[in-house]
Amino acid sequence: MELAPYLILGSIEGLVTAAVLALMAVGLSLVFGVMRVVNVAHGEFFMLGAVLAWFVADMIGGHPAISFVAALFIAPVLVGSLAVVADTMILKRIKYDPERTIVATIGLLYIIQQVTLMTYGSNARPVEPPFNQRISIPWFEWTESGLSMYWPWGLGTTTYKLAVIGFAVILLLAIWVLMTRTRIGLIMRATQLDRDVAQAYGINVDRVYALVFGLGAGLAALAAVLIVPIQQAHYLMGHDPLLLSFIVVIIGGLGSLAGTVVAAVLIGLSDGLISVFFTPTLAKIIATLIVTFVLIFRPSGLLGKHNP
Amino acid sequence: MIEKTGMTDARKSLYFHLGLIGALFILQFILPAYHHGNLARIMVLACYAMGYNILFGYTGLLSLGHAMFFAAGMYGMGLPMVHLGWTPEPALISAIVVGVVVSAGIGFLALRTSGVSFMIVTLMFAQAGFLTILYFGEWTRGDEGFVIKQAERVMAGFDLSQPTNRYNAALILFSICLLLTIRLVHSRFGRVMIAIRENEERTHMLGYDVHFHKWMAVIMSGTMAALAGAAYALLFGYAGATFASVQYSIFPLLWVLLGGAGTALGPFIGTLFMFYLIDLSSSFTTAYMLIAGLALVLLTLFLPQGLVGEFRRKVVPWLS
Repeated sequence: MELAPYLILGSIEGLVTAAVLALMAVGLSLVFGVMRVVNVAHGEFFMLGAVLAWFVADMIGGHPAISFVAALFIAPVLVGSLAVVADTMILKRIKYDPERTIVATIGLLYIIQQVTLMTYGSNARPVEPPFNQRISIPWFEWTESGLSMYWPWGLGTTTYKLAVIGFAVILLLAIWVLMTRTRIGLIMRATQLDRDVAQAYGINVDRVYALVFGLGAGLAALAAVLIVPIQQAHYLMGHDPLLLSFIVVIIGGLGSLAGTVVAAVLIGLSDGLISVFFTPTLAKIIATLIVTFVLIFRPSGLLGKHNP
Repeated sequence: MIEKTGMTDARKSLYFHLGLIGALFILQFILPAYHHGNLARIMVLACYAMGYNILFGYTGLLSLGHAMFFAAGMYGMGLPMVHLGWTPEPALISAIVVGVVVSAGIGFLALRTSGVSFMIVTLMFAQAGFLTILYFGEWTRGDEGFVIKQAERVMAGFDLSQPTNRYNAALILFSICLLLTIRLVHSRFGRVMIAIRENEERTHMLGYDVHFHKWMAVIMSGTMAALAGAAYALLFGYAGATFASVQYSIFPLLWVLLGGAGTALGPFIGTLFMFYLIDLSSSFTTAYMLIAGLALVLLTLFLPQGLVGEFRRKVVPWLS
């Protein structure tokens, strides 16, 4: 058996993971960077995005492309609005105190998850992808008749998976433009640098916080809508992505958006590649331990410049 | 502060808690079988919460990975009993040793970080521990878990699967943990712990070895959690990976917050309340964790001191 085709396949799977992870982790990183809030409920916003995508697709019906595009708009907006409500009703009232915020978002995690269990149920449900052609990966080998191309059996990817990678890249660029080239991005960065000074200059910090929390949650939901045609919507699906995005945000350096994206690619790829060689459980154990040790011995992340 | 009667706060607090232990002893003759069994379970889980409280409530370190210590005790007890045929006595010692070793090792590593990183590192270690239990499913039986047979659960001549013995064994363990906590809080060591919680920088400036005290706090906290895990395996005859999952790291946080962090009695009250809340709600919905979530949010909003904390603030300031 040739190893290389499996590596290529592992890389593509890894890039899909990385794309989704990057979107979700950028949301988490944004919330941590601007608000200094560790949002443990981030995984549930992701899950809610997937579940809402199913609801939207189920209600609209018709061609999968139409319902999918509708879900792509509706689910993140709904999840973002919910996050804004949670921010004003809970986080603002406890004044974003770090420990109490963590406890409150753990509470929020269970509320969202369990309400989903009560309404959506415990089944995993698929959303049909808007398009889904199979692409086989060709491979070359030397035979008696010279160099020939063949298709290793069963190995392939789909156009949808490639589209997810492309779409995520576009979205990440859009976020970068939003943060660096627009007025609202400037306001967010000002609030991140110094909340009090920003307020003194007439920035409505409360509104910025609500917006950032909503935007972060919306990004998680968007990531989920993208992944739900590949991986079914289930009420417990937020758990693993939450841990992974924590990992990504930490490795990338807390609050640094560029670092977050690099780390997402790194983690996504290595996750795809490690699982080629090891059983998924062992792969997870190894990945978890590596990250934990990075956090212990390089607390500012691999790309961070100084200790937080 | 010396009162008119000459009784110190520490002494008053001690009598109060001894009174509680006495009340719990008497309760076993009154309670119907169902609640009798529940209370035994609550007392064991309260030991877990008290262990958590040493680190979170008194030292101010929020760990999200205590399930790892609970599971260390549970499997430290269960695995040798089932696979090596050990009797409960050496198995209990092995559970404690495993608890000390795991908490010392994890504490040593995790304490290189602080704040948010400490929470995430402990969460990650616990996740790695949980996955390790699943990975060695051949021996641990993974999520399904394994049962420790009734005949093997006989310690010092007492059959611990029998309700009365089980209740009293739980009560003994509970009393030991409660009195140890009170003893600790009033000792020099405990006061340094509290000083670290209040102001780490200042404690360091005063010349105390902050790192050593934190490390010892992790070890004491983790070992008490392991002891609770071992007792759970022995008294209820079951060990499973669920007890190592994130949910079981969140539970002690919830119990301690609900009861009152940094109060000796808080963990028990919190566990008692939450146990019956979940017990009640699970009778009409499978989404019983919704109650836990609502409780966490409402607590942070309206009752940050917890039940016992509020009680102490308003009624009995001498409670430890």
